[in-house]
Amino acid sequence: MHSPMEQFEIKRLLHLNLFGIDASFTNSSTWMVIAVILATAVFVWGMRQRALVPGRLQSVAELGYEFVAGMVRDNVGDGGKKYFPFILTLFIFILFCNVLGMVPYSFTPTSHIVVTFAMAAFVFVGVTIIGFARHGLHFLSLFVPKGVPFALLLLLVPIEIISYFIRPFSLSIRLFANMLAGHTMLKVFGGFVVMLGIIGGWAPLAFIVVFTGLELLIAFLQAYVFAILTCLYLNDAVHLHH
Amino acid sequence: MDASAAKLIGAGLATIALAGVGVGIGNIFATLVSSIARNPAARDQVFGIGILGFALTEAVALYALLTSFLLLFTF
Repeated sequence: MHSPMEQFEIKRLLHLNLFGIDASFTNSSTWMVIAVILATAVFVWGMRQRALVPGRLQSVAELGYEFVAGMVRDNVGDGGKKYFPFILTLFIFILFCNVLGMVPYSFTPTSHIVVTFAMAAFVFVGVTIIGFARHGLHFLSLFVPKGVPFALLLLLVPIEIISYFIRPFSLSIRLFANMLAGHTMLKVFGGFVVMLGIIGGWAPLAFIVVFTGLELLIAFLQAYVFAILTCLYLNDAVHLHH
Repeated sequence: MDASAAKLIGAGLATIALAGVGVGIGNIFATLVSSIARNPAARDQVFGIGILGFALTEAVALYALLTSFLLLFTF
């Protein structure tokens, strides 16, 4: 009997031991490499023609670029242009990892908290460093909203600080839990199809078909939300509530 | 009460949080529809923010689900 959680097991494909650390090449790494290769292929091949009126693949590459460029422009403003490559990489990587997980028998790298937390911690530490580099100690004025009476400030500042430190956790858990819950539900309903057999199995099957569509939407949406929240945090750090 | 019974009760209690999430998501889409009805020209701008709001509220549902799973499987 297979459990719905078996799909998240990490299987070592190539055993590798670096200075006592287990650095094996796993199924998770394989799908991350596939995501990177596919993303690179889309962008490199798409832009090969460099036509002024884009063909199909070039349109796809340009749409992806414009989408993220517009997001960075709207949410971070002019100071954010230098962070655009980072946001684009983040968005494209998470998008491809999520969507490739929808392929049957594949593995979703972003369904593991360690992967999403690594990315979210990177964003959090990076944004904090950018904030301090740009504004020095004045960056701490982020926690003190304007026009608040002093008595309320004593309550508000600790709350602001706590909600600032929750950011990497909420960012990573949002993505990881969405992927985990979605795939688990698909497997659970898959089990129902087999259990109900030929007579009743079509009902859960219909639900799975519709739910797979929803999961594809969620895959895209979660990549978008991760990227746009990174832009908003960057905006806070770069512009400090102005 | 032994630990496994308490875990099951705790996991069940954790799903009460989903009521708030249901209200929140309904609220977002109700406001979205009514604001598009008032001003159809604003549709593109409002839609993006609406979907962002939906995803963020959905995240709270998943925090509750995560708490439930944590109680069930790791303690």
